[in-house]
Amino acid sequence: MSTISVPVTTERPVSFPWLRRITSNFLLRRLLKALFTIWTVTTLIFFVIRAMPGSPVDIFVNDLVLKGLTEEEAMRRAASLLHIDLSEPLPKQYVEFLGNLARGDLGISYINRGQEVSTLIAQRLPWTLFSVGTSLIISFFLGIFLGMIIAYKRDTWLDHLLTNIAAGLDAIPAYMTAIVLIILISLVWKIVPAGELRGSLSAGIKPGFTFDFFGDVLKHVALPALVYILASVGSWMLTMKSSTVSTLGEDYVTVAKARGLPESRIITAYVGRNASLPLFTRFALSIAFILGGSVIIEKIFTYQGIGLLLTQALYSRDYPVMQGIFLVTTIAVVFSNAIADLLYGFLDPRIRVQGEGN
Amino acid sequence: MAAITAPFGSAISETGKTFKLIARNPASFIGLLVLVVITIVSLVGPMVIPPQNHANVAEILEGPSSRHILGTDFQGSDNLALLVYGGKDILEVAFVAGLLTTLLAVAVGSVSAFLGGIVDTVLMELVNIWLTIPQFPLLAILATMVKLSDIFLLAVLLALLGWAGLARQIRSQVLSLKQRDYVEAAMTLNLGTPHIIFREMLPNMMSFVAISLIFAATSAIYQQTSLVFLGLVPFSSANWGTTLSLAYTKGAIYQSDAAWTMLAPVGAIALFQLALVSLSRSLDEVFNPRLRTSV
Repeated sequence: MSTISVPVTTERPVSFPWLRRITSNFLLRRLLKALFTIWTVTTLIFFVIRAMPGSPVDIFVNDLVLKGLTEEEAMRRAASLLHIDLSEPLPKQYVEFLGNLARGDLGISYINRGQEVSTLIAQRLPWTLFSVGTSLIISFFLGIFLGMIIAYKRDTWLDHLLTNIAAGLDAIPAYMTAIVLIILISLVWKIVPAGELRGSLSAGIKPGFTFDFFGDVLKHVALPALVYILASVGSWMLTMKSSTVSTLGEDYVTVAKARGLPESRIITAYVGRNASLPLFTRFALSIAFILGGSVIIEKIFTYQGIGLLLTQALYSRDYPVMQGIFLVTTIAVVFSNAIADLLYGFLDPRIRVQGEGN
Repeated sequence: MAAITAPFGSAISETGKTFKLIARNPASFIGLLVLVVITIVSLVGPMVIPPQNHANVAEILEGPSSRHILGTDFQGSDNLALLVYGGKDILEVAFVAGLLTTLLAVAVGSVSAFLGGIVDTVLMELVNIWLTIPQFPLLAILATMVKLSDIFLLAVLLALLGWAGLARQIRSQVLSLKQRDYVEAAMTLNLGTPHIIFREMLPNMMSFVAISLIFAATSAIYQQTSLVFLGLVPFSSANWGTTLSLAYTKGAIYQSDAAWTMLAPVGAIALFQLALVSLSRSLDEVFNPRLRTSV
């Protein structure tokens, strides 16, 4: 029992040829399953977005009519500007779409002056990955740290204070935090006018290795990032708290204390490592929420990321762009789930031992 | 039939015990009180306060005063009155969506755990695929297809999207309960599946299910108000989400006069969410034996 419970094991058991065959089979199975998941989701999205009321042409024409054009003029413009052929039956469109997808061709946007979907996504994705990714990592480690402190200081004033703050932050929707922050910063404290913080870059700033560029990037990312951190840190704190409390009750921690190990070692190698295990899987799963979370926040800050692109595509029924964004997100989620599984096996020796024993 | 009606007795005693534990924890007792007050005001208020359906040009965008405690909006409507009118929709969706999500998750999770084998594999594979789809964007797409004035339909939609994660948790709960001695004893005695599920397992999962219901409700509120806020779906009746969204599109974040119109619905939604979550926290102490025993 004790050899399994001690978390640090660097030795790996000798792998037999038959075992390796199973592992390679396992990887193959894994890959096939991943492909199946991606295909299912893509197919579902393909038909669902085409079932939305209003075709891209209708919406485009409607918008022009609202701007004061006559309907004929609007139709003529739609015909010359939009690259859409929706006359073919849906199954044929689907087969064609899958064929293009297999060749890595995501198609051309209906709206954005005929730009390639892959180019559009490549332009927008880095901004979202940067803003959400950085915030997610910061809030994850901050949450683990604070959660452990709460668990160690249970039933003190610090516990009550931090737990209440965490529960409060967890309960308030992210976009509300965003609105309150904007009102506070630009209207109440008058630090920066709200208009200056819109977008992901100020006008006239060119990307490059200059202080102006990085300064401007940081200035624009600061508020969205703060919103993402505030919105997610509470849940990390609470999860880490309950996980640490459970771990503190485990026999191996009691044994470690009885053996007279230094407190710092117990905190890091015994409690911290084991208590944070379930959080790593959740961390990988939270990648799925990057897109969902960014949709509204990017709209509030008009941050030029993939969430804003999706909102625009949704509104104008730009099917190829929507399809592309969903595909990229699905692949990211499937990939991060696989990493979570591998990571979990790597971090938790008990699972590794079990898996190899079978 | 007896096997199905009998568990209500134990469910009631479980509820009584839960209420006692709620009353012991001041934070969640306040949460419960706030919930009751908001519910009563939202249901009774619209019968007492006159509707705000015509513009009042003389009183546009005023700050808080004795006449308008929370100020007025860009049409001169009283913000407090808008809040009173806007609660009913939100409460209804939260309750119905929370209930349906939990029911669906409990059904799928326990069937999967109980039957095992191929059914379990297929259902869990479905859950995995379902969890891969970005929920909110899909909701935004689906919401364009239903009439959002139909509150019940929206709640069904939210439940259909949100059941998967919870179903997986319920499944592992049932799997672990199946290992307990008393359940194994009931199985050996051949007491029948309904008896085992409703008499032996459900009472032991009750607080977990209750917490899940509360979280499903908070997530329903979040998604419903976000949906309106994004402006992708047509506005239905007045609710906190539409008030917030209208204020935002009228540029309320740029003018300090309009800040109250935004802060009022933000405050209402936040208060409601906080009340739900603080209520759930005492349920957590009921649920987690380690938290309970070391008190």
